[in-house]
Amino acid sequence: MQGVLVFSGQQAGQLTRAALEALGAGRRLASALNEELLALVVGADVERAAAQAIAAGADAVFTVANPILAEFQADLYLAAAEAAVRQVDPRLVVFTLDSAGRDLLPRLAYRLNAAAVTEVTDFQVDGKVVKWIRPVYGGKAMAVYQQLRERALVGLRAKMHEPAVLDGSGSGRVVPVDFTVDESTAVARVVERIQATLSGVNLAEARVVVAGGRGLGGPEPFAELQKLADLLGGAVGASRAACDAGWVPPSMQVGQTGTIVAPDLYIAIGISGASQHIAGIAGARTVIAINKDPEAPIFKRANIGIVADYKTVLPTLIEQLRAVVGA
Amino acid sequence: MRIVVCLKQILDPEVPAKDFRVDPTTKRPIQGNAKLVVDSYSENALEVGIQLKEKSGGKLVAVCVGDKRADEVLRRALALTADEAIRAWDPAWQELDAAAVAHVLARAIRATGGADVVLLGRQSGDVERGLVGPMLAEELGAPCVTVATGAEPAGDRLRVRREAEGGYEAVEVPLPAVLTVTNDEANVPRLPKVKDVMMATRKPVKVLGTGDLQLDPSRMDPGVVLTDLYVPEMDSTCEFVEGDDGPAKATALATLLRERKIL
Repeated sequence: MQGVLVFSGQQAGQLTRAALEALGAGRRLASALNEELLALVVGADVERAAAQAIAAGADAVFTVANPILAEFQADLYLAAAEAAVRQVDPRLVVFTLDSAGRDLLPRLAYRLNAAAVTEVTDFQVDGKVVKWIRPVYGGKAMAVYQQLRERALVGLRAKMHEPAVLDGSGSGRVVPVDFTVDESTAVARVVERIQATLSGVNLAEARVVVAGGRGLGGPEPFAELQKLADLLGGAVGASRAACDAGWVPPSMQVGQTGTIVAPDLYIAIGISGASQHIAGIAGARTVIAINKDPEAPIFKRANIGIVADYKTVLPTLIEQLRAVVGA
Repeated sequence: MRIVVCLKQILDPEVPAKDFRVDPTTKRPIQGNAKLVVDSYSENALEVGIQLKEKSGGKLVAVCVGDKRADEVLRRALALTADEAIRAWDPAWQELDAAAVAHVLARAIRATGGADVVLLGRQSGDVERGLVGPMLAEELGAPCVTVATGAEPAGDRLRVRREAEGGYEAVEVPLPAVLTVTNDEANVPRLPKVKDVMMATRKPVKVLGTGDLQLDPSRMDPGVVLTDLYVPEMDSTCEFVEGDDGPAKATALATLLRERKIL
């Protein structure tokens, strides 16, 4: 049992940001363990993503190529990943917990009878022993886990690990996995895709996010937040409370179980700062909070705070910032 | 249709960070004055279960792994028209990892009449592992649909609406199936009626122990061990913008953002 195998998701021949994060962390793990960094690339076409994985530092890339794997389908990808792990026999299998990682890791861990650790934000390697560190209780405590099985499946919290850089100097080998699959393996079948009507900037990728919470009191004020976001070239997000109230669609939910964001600037308006919300903005560089309650937990995370009713702040702020950004 | 909802009881996640303490010897949080509550995703799962029972008929069964205190969670499910309540517990279970919880749930379901649909929260608000639901699907040899927002019968199959990149997708699965549920406007938990809360206190909770469950000891072996739990140092460095009123503070903030080149 040797090596660190990283599940490296791709979209149309490009490794995803999640894959690069997992490869970055995987490189650090492999170096500390003095073992090889191995990548797993699954899809209809795998050549371009495999080349990227090598450029990102993989010593070897294992590939599963099949036309029916063009789109992520949990049952099919699970079978592919299981075959790959059985062939490669790695010590660690690393995922970033995007939607594919969340679907695959638990079931694969069960099938391989491996240790499973999720939401990992940090790790310490001492010889061959790894301590897996992750937030629990909504970030109020940190837990340290050690595996009791020879093999562990490790889920990294998204946007918490430095992504690998494609420097092109790698010279890894590409090895196809011996695996065949047909449609009958796909038990759960997607019968319809329903696009939410999203406009503007992608929340997950936005450099600026303006988010509103229960303190807004209703759906109407989100139009004001949109104005501010438009001005700053950003996206509008919301707390779970605002989504559960039906003011905005759940696709706008920022938090541990909504969209995890890591913008340069996060402006939280009328958001008290529940733990799961704070966990979803851990990667934000600067957090500004506007809330009338000076005791609101959001101020513990915020870099800059305004204690006031947002209604008295927002119009002037928009006007002043319009001058700043020259719009 | 037999619909089983697995519920988890957790330490109130809204306990403020300043009140959160860890017992350094047991490596567990100290409960203090905090309440134990139903995990919020469990509530969403229960709501999906209630809606599914309304559409398909059949029985709604609530299952919980926990000691006597967890009866409160099951009573709430009974008050929300669950037909049966089952609690699995053995005092020896102090540190069950996710695979062990999945194994206990699978055996509890098997021992009490099986299931056509099993619903769980996508992950719990305490340790947020997100493992138990999909592992339970593997235990039962059933398909798994994650981050479901609702479900309805479709012939001999189940049509599940789930969150997907940029919207939703509809997935069809044969039964039995396991769904992990995420919060959505379609599954906001309803409140029980007062008379149903009263009725629920008189309904039985069936308690299953190790002997009833016929557990496989190898499945109960933990895969991971918690070696430390600690409260991280979180220095608040928030700089409050001063001003006489809202507009004055807004002006001061705009100035600050410009000076610091944050914008």
